[in-house]
Amino acid sequence: MKYKCDKCDRPATHHAVVRVKGQNIQKRLCEQHAAEEGLPIKSAHAPINELLTNFIKMADGQSQPSDKIKPAAATRRDRACPDCGLKFSDFRDKSLLGCSGCYKAFEKALIPLLERAHEGGAQHVGKVPRRSGGGEQRQLQIARIRKRLDEAVTAENYELAAQLRDDLTGMESGNAPAAPRQLDPGTPEDDRP
Amino acid sequence: MTLRDISRGAGEWLRGSGPHSDVVISSRVRFARNLAGFPFVNRANRRQRYEVLESCRSQIMTNRLADNTLWVQLADSPAIDRQLLVERHLISRDLARRTADIPRAVAIAADETFAIMVNEEDHLRIQVLRSGMQLGDAYSQINRIDDILEEKLDFAFSKRFGYLTACPTNVGTGVRVSVMMHLPALKLTGEIDKVKRAARDMHLAVRGLFGEGSEALGDLYQISNQTTLGKTEKETLADFEAAVIPQIIAYEHQARQALLRQREKQLDDRVWRAWALLNNARVLGTDEALQLLSHVRLGIHTSRLDRVDIRTLNELLLLCQPAHLQKVTGQEMTPAARRIARADLMRQRLGGR
Repeated sequence: MKYKCDKCDRPATHHAVVRVKGQNIQKRLCEQHAAEEGLPIKSAHAPINELLTNFIKMADGQSQPSDKIKPAAATRRDRACPDCGLKFSDFRDKSLLGCSGCYKAFEKALIPLLERAHEGGAQHVGKVPRRSGGGEQRQLQIARIRKRLDEAVTAENYELAAQLRDDLTGMESGNAPAAPRQLDPGTPEDDRP
Repeated sequence: MTLRDISRGAGEWLRGSGPHSDVVISSRVRFARNLAGFPFVNRANRRQRYEVLESCRSQIMTNRLADNTLWVQLADSPAIDRQLLVERHLISRDLARRTADIPRAVAIAADETFAIMVNEEDHLRIQVLRSGMQLGDAYSQINRIDDILEEKLDFAFSKRFGYLTACPTNVGTGVRVSVMMHLPALKLTGEIDKVKRAARDMHLAVRGLFGEGSEALGDLYQISNQTTLGKTEKETLADFEAAVIPQIIAYEHQARQALLRQREKQLDDRVWRAWALLNNARVLGTDEALQLLSHVRLGIHTSRLDRVDIRTLNELLLLCQPAHLQKVTGQEMTPAARRIARADLMRQRLGGR
């Protein structure tokens, strides 16, 4: 379904949610009116966004018949990422995910999209950063501590913030990769895992 | 080093040298990277964005990436400086016009062989540029930069999806290989549409001078990959070096030969009219200037004209664009005044009256 611009008959290319007096107001605008309203113009990304939006709609069409929207399916699709709070519908509007955790949270919905966008590819086979040896668990842990740290700073709880900062420093230095890097010069940079 | 220093010459990607430089203007490789533990730029708050910017800055600027690296804070830069960087292909249009409250920056090597954008769509967008067809070289350099940055920065990565990016179209290797080609003969013979169709069938994007959504001004086209998941960096590169680009080069050469054989006078007419206009016009718009420069360039490569060298043409290609023109003349100008200054510049550099 294509939306029209709120202010004229041209197709809406810019979607934004603006918070006015505690209420979320959806704005759908064409290029010109979006510029007039001062919305960030992202036309440089238009083709990719369009591509993605089409993929997302196609995926939706497959997962459920359009005449009957099952409540369970609807809530599942609009579930929020536990790490950053991004909703799947936000992703559908902007084609941008909010954090690393989104890839886990929306994995099921993303895989068919990725396969379409990447000629069937859904498994990484390229370069692997040597430093991420600690793996996803460690990255997730760091992300969670950083989130708590941010909340602590906002709440001006500096004692907790200092403690969390120490935890982070400890985690980061605990995985110093200097030694193995130097010992392994013969490996091609982008060997498959 | 300042922006003023780099605005004078043509920079790395317009040196006019390198293999196949009669068709391939430049090669570019870009890596998209995000720091683990932070939300992506669009979801991060102000404090987190500053923290990302600072982590990246300290790692980029203190490390041995280049002898001389220029760090430009874009939130405090005047619009004309940002536009200048866009014209030189050192930052994206998106980074140039993001709202002022997003702290963002670019690190530029003095020789302009690399530019690292911070807080664009992803935390890091590393790009390496080369003139002519030199993808292998560009790839070695970007891989080295990536390794050095990775020693201290934790990149968001998953075994399944690879390097995690804000837009899922970049996830996996995060690699965008992009080759800028000058295809005037394919344009003149109308064969360019076939090239575009063929490229799309191969999951490649064909874009204009300034990337996504821009027009193919001056017969300049950027060909780039779209697939980043399920393919290694080397495979993506090999596709370009062994198949895609050599084919398009051969196709453009054929079109040039066909023009010479079948429409020699018409070709000469195009080339010499372009030359005459550049040497005599008093008012000249950017689009027209780029188109005329394109036809003169075609004249040089088909040996119809030898009154100017490619280096001068490349410099003019940059200097005739709005921000460069104003930087060179040292004053802000209205579009109308720029058209006059542009025509003056052409006559001056090409020896016209």
